[in-house]
Amino acid sequence: MTFLRAVVERELRLYLRGVVDLIGVWMFFGIAIAMLPLSIGPDPEILRRIAPGAAWAIALLASMLSLERVFAPDQRDGSLDLLLLHAPSAPLLILAKSLAHWLVTGLPFVVLAPLAAIALGMDVQGVWPLAGALLIGTPALSLIGTVGSALTAPVRRGGILAALIVLPQTIPVLIFGTAAVSETLKGRDSGPYFSVLGAFTLAAVALAPYAGSAALRAVRN
Amino acid sequence: MAKALHRLANPARFLRIAAPLLPWTAAGAAACIGAGLWFGLVDSPPDYQQGDAARIMYVHVPAAWNALAGYAGLALASAVALVWRHPLALVAARCIAPIGACFTVIALATGSLWGHPMWGTWWVWDARLTSVVILLFLYLGYMALIHAFDEQETGERAATVLALIGAVNLPVIKFSVDWWNTLHQPASILRMDGPSIDPAMLLPLFLMAGGFTLLFVCLIIIRMQTELARRRVLALRRAALAMPQASDA
Repeated sequence: MTFLRAVVERELRLYLRGVVDLIGVWMFFGIAIAMLPLSIGPDPEILRRIAPGAAWAIALLASMLSLERVFAPDQRDGSLDLLLLHAPSAPLLILAKSLAHWLVTGLPFVVLAPLAAIALGMDVQGVWPLAGALLIGTPALSLIGTVGSALTAPVRRGGILAALIVLPQTIPVLIFGTAAVSETLKGRDSGPYFSVLGAFTLAAVALAPYAGSAALRAVRN
Repeated sequence: MAKALHRLANPARFLRIAAPLLPWTAAGAAACIGAGLWFGLVDSPPDYQQGDAARIMYVHVPAAWNALAGYAGLALASAVALVWRHPLALVAARCIAPIGACFTVIALATGSLWGHPMWGTWWVWDARLTSVVILLFLYLGYMALIHAFDEQETGERAATVLALIGAVNLPVIKFSVDWWNTLHQPASILRMDGPSIDPAMLLPLFLMAGGFTLLFVCLIIIRMQTELARRRVLALRRAALAMPQASDA
């Protein structure tokens, strides 16, 4: 537990030190949302319909932007060796890294995405379901993303590659995350969708740390 | 089984077994595909609804089967490589990926050509089509990762982990996408109450499926032979560089 907290605190300090990059990720989200009406057209009916899904998809893309920062810098300067040396177990390190990644590029979207969806014209009843679905689903994105980041840790400019290999793996989260919101907006029972979304996140919590440590072992020999 | 696998870990022994297999698989593939094309294109009835366009099935369906079987093979080889540190399984996985990706592209392209006259559109975001596109992305991601590292073996080990993650996640993705949208005609061969397809069509379909599978095996053998030969050349070159006196002499 102390190790987990120490790593998360260290990660957050490092993220804050490069806070411009973080603000860049959040700004990317805002700009990408603004591009939608500009490209699709200002028709409020279309925008209202795509709002929750667009917010989800762009939040997913934005959270991929910072994947390169999770392991590559530590791999380059050798601190990953020290972290692994001090970690009670490697999966715990993956878990801590994912948690820190989620705090800076998952949790903010729980607030930002509903605002963006409202700006696109989503019904106000959608705010809580969208925020809830993101709160339940984004941890899975960070966990899967961390595994992708571990797989590309020694690769120069591995960020794009990490996003390429991670995005297909996040499809179930995206499908059920958006379905949970749209079913609520249609007035149907969306409980099962939230449950499945939660199941994905729990499965990711259980499996991703091990996949991530296997990935680190594989790429670091 | 583990023991048999370890016997195959020796590249020389593998090549001794694979080399005589190669002409048989090549000839078998040619015969099956030739016969399948004859029965499929000439000597089988046109579909009562789809007419001659349905004949594209004899390429489309076997390609799709092989695309899936290829990923299963990739995952199996990766698991063997990871669990037993089997060096030849790494080579096999590496060689399966581009062939499987090609079959996936063939399945997508022929499906699109088939969809245009039948559904009136080249492409729909239907569950089965989307799953196959995702399968292609999984193949491409695997191939991108394997080539991203300076050290070849590191790339292979990383890609091995990715292939297994994909294999675990693939059923979940499939289930999610199925739930998300369904329009594609449901599977008509592998069903509990027997195939819903005319035997006259089944014969060329199975011939083509067998032919494609043999072709797959044949291409894997060729690629593995090439890859092993390439490694041998690299190793010899490295050895020659390490001993400049020996190469001068």
